[in-house]
Amino acid sequence: MNTSVSVKDLTLKFGAITVLDKLNLDIGDGEFLVLLGSSGCGKSTLLNCIAGLLEPTDGQIFIKNKNVTWEEPKDRGIGMVFQSYALYPQMTVEKNLSFGLRIAGMAKDEIDRRVARAAEILQIGPLLQRKPAALSGGQRQRVAIGRALVRDVDVFLFDEPLSNLDAKLRSELRVEIKRLHQNLKNTMIYVTHDQIEALTLADRIAIMRGGVIQQLDDPMTIYNEPKNLYVAGFIGSPAMNFFKGEITTAEGRPAFVTNGVTFMLDGYKAKGLLQPGTKAVLGLRPEHITVDGPEAGNTHQAVVEIEEPMGADNLIWLKHAGQSMSVRIGGSRRYRPGTQLRLSYDMGVASLFDAESELRI
Amino acid sequence: MTAISSTNTNLGTSTGAEPRGAKPKKAFSRRNIIIYGTLVVAAVYYILPLYVMIVTSLKGMPEIRLGNIFAPPVQITFEPWVKAWSQACTGLNCDGLSRGFWNSVIITVPSVIISIAVASLNGYMLANWRFKGADLFFTILIVGAFIPYQVMLYPMVIILRDLGVYGTLQGLIIVHTVFGMPILTLLFRNYFTALPEELFKAARVDGAGFWNIYFRIMLPISLPIFVVAMIIQITGIWNDFLFGVVFTKPDTYPMTVQLNNIVNSVQGVKEYNVNMAATLITGLVPLIVYFVSGKLFVRGIAAGAVKG
Repeated sequence: MNTSVSVKDLTLKFGAITVLDKLNLDIGDGEFLVLLGSSGCGKSTLLNCIAGLLEPTDGQIFIKNKNVTWEEPKDRGIGMVFQSYALYPQMTVEKNLSFGLRIAGMAKDEIDRRVARAAEILQIGPLLQRKPAALSGGQRQRVAIGRALVRDVDVFLFDEPLSNLDAKLRSELRVEIKRLHQNLKNTMIYVTHDQIEALTLADRIAIMRGGVIQQLDDPMTIYNEPKNLYVAGFIGSPAMNFFKGEITTAEGRPAFVTNGVTFMLDGYKAKGLLQPGTKAVLGLRPEHITVDGPEAGNTHQAVVEIEEPMGADNLIWLKHAGQSMSVRIGGSRRYRPGTQLRLSYDMGVASLFDAESELRI
Repeated sequence: MTAISSTNTNLGTSTGAEPRGAKPKKAFSRRNIIIYGTLVVAAVYYILPLYVMIVTSLKGMPEIRLGNIFAPPVQITFEPWVKAWSQACTGLNCDGLSRGFWNSVIITVPSVIISIAVASLNGYMLANWRFKGADLFFTILIVGAFIPYQVMLYPMVIILRDLGVYGTLQGLIIVHTVFGMPILTLLFRNYFTALPEELFKAARVDGAGFWNIYFRIMLPISLPIFVVAMIIQITGIWNDFLFGVVFTKPDTYPMTVQLNNIVNSVQGVKEYNVNMAATLITGLVPLIVYFVSGKLFVRGIAAGAVKG
């Protein structure tokens, strides 16, 4: 894999606060990388450092194998799309698109050619003579993407580009961004706090917390095999059910016990040894629990507390092993509160974490 | 069932109508009387002096001596206005306010342009190009806004004398430019800070530098605050008396100083009508500025203040 963007030992401090601490990240050529995390985790800061809008305290940034740590943003071969669109309000769409090119003193016909191409790709041709105020949110964000497009850059940087849009437009533009990436094959770095955007768009996701990358993997690995408790809780909606307990043996096989309820760990792909007596946390995704399935292996009885029908799915809240848990089933299967039902589990997709280190076992 | 519905209909017709839509309001409620009463009293209080001045300036001296200052002029005459503009005496000169008017123009126009140009750049740098010691610089500038002008008069005189511009119009222009700096910089900095930071970042990614961002991005979207700054400066400099009297000589007196000399001259008869006309002429420029730009002024102040 050819690296396109490479971040080496990047540290950034605002006074006494360390936002990024010796962060390393290699992004492949043509890769779509998503930086995911809750607000304040340093993901936007990292993006701004790559763009050259923030000066790092220490460390280096390479783009296309060239050390750009001291370069101006315009000399880095990047285009950036912002959450608030950041269109120049006094200029028409066309002038917005061509601003950077005009500053660079490009020939008029070349500017026209590039603007026309971007307008065609993004289908904003009819809007070229309008001012940003006369555009809808989705159209504005398209123009903002176009502004990066005309500059013919190697790397696209997106800073929460869809967060200001309503849900319907967000999902539409999400698809468009993915289509854009498939056609252009540029390297894209995309910051978001929305896990759906991350899972759907990314080749790889970097989950950040407190300026540190918690896990850097492809979406399916992150979803199925979260490296630690934070990642497990962050990814997935509704969130993963967690049970605090300890590893034991039952009937001569490894098991997990919490509040007197025993879960057999048959089929669990442990990374290390399942040492009996270890304090641990068992994580079960709501969609990985079967309701009223065949009577085999791990089965428990539980009583329905609340059901939340969501159309395609039905989310059932139960009291089990002394705590509240959720189970996701098909939308057509309804369970009234108070109904007794049988739960069974597939340990092949469960997660088990050490209670102390919070790392996957 | 039918009985109930019929009583309902009766009830509805007898009391007018069931509550629906906007609630009707009484025109002469106690609240309205208090609000409008207060407003009318305040408006009269402010308009009456202006009325007296205009009326008096249009009367001849015999009519003024009758003593009815509120009475409208019996015979309208514009002679006092002509006299105030071109014949009224200040000390030895008897060429009216016209000289002072042109002095004031020559002082105000460059002072306004230079101070706004420099202050807007200051504000732009403080808001967007944070440099080392920017906060300290800003604090010093703000403190400067609170130091009484009187404290700085004497040092300023010495500085201007050493520069060789004491008593000249250039000297006064320098003084006005310097003293407008703190408040104007504060105004511009707050306005630029309130603009979305991402706009500035986008322009940098697009390759625009310091001057390109200032002239092509910031300036076009900051017109309201420029209007506010212009109004503050034009009226402030035009109305200034203290600096005018300290830093100029009779030949270069601004209009305000000349007006004072006309009104306060002690020889001969007090020509109230000429004094009133002179005062109105002097106040005309700020008045016009307010009338023309009142709407923009309010909008700019609100934009700068609320978000700043």
